[in-house]
Amino acid sequence: MAAHRYGLSLVFILIFSLLAHPSSCDTLEKANDNTGEKQSVSDAPQEVNTDGSAAVEDLNERQWQSTDVEVDRSDGTKDSETFTPAAAKDQFQEELVIRPLHSGDIYASFQFRTLWDIDFLQEGQKVSHYRLFPKSLGQVLSKFSVRELHISFTQGFWRTMQWGQPFIPSPPGAELWVWFHDTVSDVDGNWKELTNVLSGIFCASLNFIDLTNTVQPSASFKPLGLGNVTDHRFLRYATLPREIVCTENLTPWKKLLPCGSKAGLAVLMKSEKLFHSSFHSQAVHIRPVCQDEQCTSKAWELRQTLNVVFDLYTSGQGKKEWSLFKMFSRTLTEACPLATSSKIYVDITDNPEGELFELTPATPLLSQAVVLGDRRTYSVYDLTRAETFGQLRSLNLLLRWKGDSGDMLRPLLHAERYVAGFGLQTGEIHTVIYNNHPYRAFPVLLMDSVPWYLQLYIHTLTVTSKSRDNKPSE
Amino acid sequence: MPLTKAGQFFSSGHTNNWAVLVCTSRFWFNYRHVANTLSVYRSVKRLGIPDSHIVLMLADDMACNYRNPKPATVFSHKNMELNVYGDDVEVDYRGYEVTVENFLRVLTGRLPPSTPRSKRLLSDDRSNILIYLTGHGGNGFLKFQDSEEISNMELADAFEQMWQKRRYNELLFIIDTCQGASMYERFYSPNLMALASSQVGEDSLSHQPDLAIGVHLMDKYTFYLLEFLEEVHPASQANMNDLFKVCPQSQCVSTPGHRTDLFQRDPGSVLITDFFGSVRKVEITKDTINLTSPVELPVQKSGRGDIQIESLTYVDQLPVSEIIHQA
Repeated sequence: MAAHRYGLSLVFILIFSLLAHPSSCDTLEKANDNTGEKQSVSDAPQEVNTDGSAAVEDLNERQWQSTDVEVDRSDGTKDSETFTPAAAKDQFQEELVIRPLHSGDIYASFQFRTLWDIDFLQEGQKVSHYRLFPKSLGQVLSKFSVRELHISFTQGFWRTMQWGQPFIPSPPGAELWVWFHDTVSDVDGNWKELTNVLSGIFCASLNFIDLTNTVQPSASFKPLGLGNVTDHRFLRYATLPREIVCTENLTPWKKLLPCGSKAGLAVLMKSEKLFHSSFHSQAVHIRPVCQDEQCTSKAWELRQTLNVVFDLYTSGQGKKEWSLFKMFSRTLTEACPLATSSKIYVDITDNPEGELFELTPATPLLSQAVVLGDRRTYSVYDLTRAETFGQLRSLNLLLRWKGDSGDMLRPLLHAERYVAGFGLQTGEIHTVIYNNHPYRAFPVLLMDSVPWYLQLYIHTLTVTSKSRDNKPSE
Repeated sequence: MPLTKAGQFFSSGHTNNWAVLVCTSRFWFNYRHVANTLSVYRSVKRLGIPDSHIVLMLADDMACNYRNPKPATVFSHKNMELNVYGDDVEVDYRGYEVTVENFLRVLTGRLPPSTPRSKRLLSDDRSNILIYLTGHGGNGFLKFQDSEEISNMELADAFEQMWQKRRYNELLFIIDTCQGASMYERFYSPNLMALASSQVGEDSLSHQPDLAIGVHLMDKYTFYLLEFLEEVHPASQANMNDLFKVCPQSQCVSTPGHRTDLFQRDPGSVLITDFFGSVRKVEITKDTINLTSPVELPVQKSGRGDIQIESLTYVDQLPVSEIIHQA
């Protein structure tokens, strides 16, 4: 029995872009990941001996040096003053992607990524030292045995036909989906408590999520992280489409970042500008990922993303000229000192000769990546290098449109939904899915969750494609 | 013998401060009630009470309301002079969560076990609590969310429960509604002091409209209360008698009232910062203490008793054949 979902038709775009998503993520990050993932692990002398093979890996050149550690075991004298901290097993990267849109609007997407080489769910290892990974989320993960957590708060509706595909799609309101570990015996109980705890962390009314609006998708959602277990009994999904996003949700979200909102890209997050936009979405995604190329062990990845589309007329005063100051009322002065990489990418794919818009200050760095199935070119500003900030010690990107942009490429997949008729007797819900590819067909998975007070008659379901009725198979 | 400064410093008997600030009205034209609550929130935060000790309940969202011409702001003065919403606000109960039941549960502490800490009033018998209510009220009741009401008897009983469970040391209750004095008539627990913006039979009036936003921004009583509190800083010696004088009838049109018979100390000796601020009583000592043994770090095991040899993989996101055969 397929679960039906009401409220957002972009779900299958979620599915489709999820296909492309892992690749886009990796290639974008490979572009900026100039240091290896390897960390030096501190081992007591005993373990190196019994293990045989060297457990200490190569220490690559990094922009900041982690302190080498040897646990001081032989020295038991009382007046030894040395206090050696453990080697850093986590790293933090921040990036901002700016994409000018053909309608004159501008799309800014922040991503803050923390990678931590630790296994919360391993027996006997109690985590007590948190450095870059926020403690509040770490404790939530271990207490409720969560394998993956995705939560997003969105205000506004993503207009695919005018803006293209988003990097990470999200429905309006609040959306939460969680994969629990297969050791959990009472998934519903854990889910209920988890929603209450998250409502406290994010200052949102997530406690309104209960069994009447939670679904357990049986086919559509797969884990985005590592793992072989895909038993859908451990998956829960819920949305609250009427949930409001405002500064009180942004404040705790900013507090989860290692540098807070004091340094790095997060200083740009001023609520008066961010919420005066056509689309605003902030999300937290936690999943286990590969620690290294061989993928023999897990690391935890926490990604905090914030997508915002600034409107030409409300924020731009009608002038097709965008700058960091105009968008965020701030300029950048430094990177977050705790970040291994801090970069700004500006999408210049449609502007190879500079005839469409002009980007200042000029930068020599370029990067190419395949994003959502498209090859895009980016100008890169590396904030960890002092020369990016120039003489004034502040970076204010300026993007001035020169010519008319013309039409943009039509996005491949697109969906619409509308209501026809009225009342329970003659009302209808139409979902229209468009495939704009010239010759290819794509498999599409549509998940619809219907609230309990809306009685849909399944026998009235008709599926029409190319004006021909399709009979659904059993 | 008169109390010395030091004696007075240690005589108030409280060690921590809490604030419960509630706005009970919904709908855009009740913008002023949210602005009232946020002004008190701003003053209380400025004077030192941290977010973890403030339970802020706003029944509707004005800042990111679609009708707000300046999103993410709530103004208290016309011409958009002062944004009381700020950049680091944390609202604990919002929207439909603000109900009479939740309010009483917060006060008495009888919350479901999974309630997070930020939504609880974790006060003890040495806490001074400030409770501020605003909204639409009448003779003996306060309206919540346009659908239910709390009566003055229920409120008095809730405070008595708090007293029995030793959940407060002293409590200051401020209410800004029409006929607000009726809400504190029925109190009977000790150590309560109450202020209201109007007497029984009188209406509390709103202050100024802002033509750009299109609604009244604040109520008169809280507007002058905010002006008074802006002058207060953590070291100020202003006391409760000054607070009673805020907004006389010439300014407020209604007559503010107060009740101090249940309070044990003389109001003239109660500092404003005893309730609105979080002044920590610090005793400075010149003695040094030697820490003897250094802290020993626990030995970090490598934790990989059995190393997983097989490599892990990501799952296929759209396994079409599997899905077709599954159904």
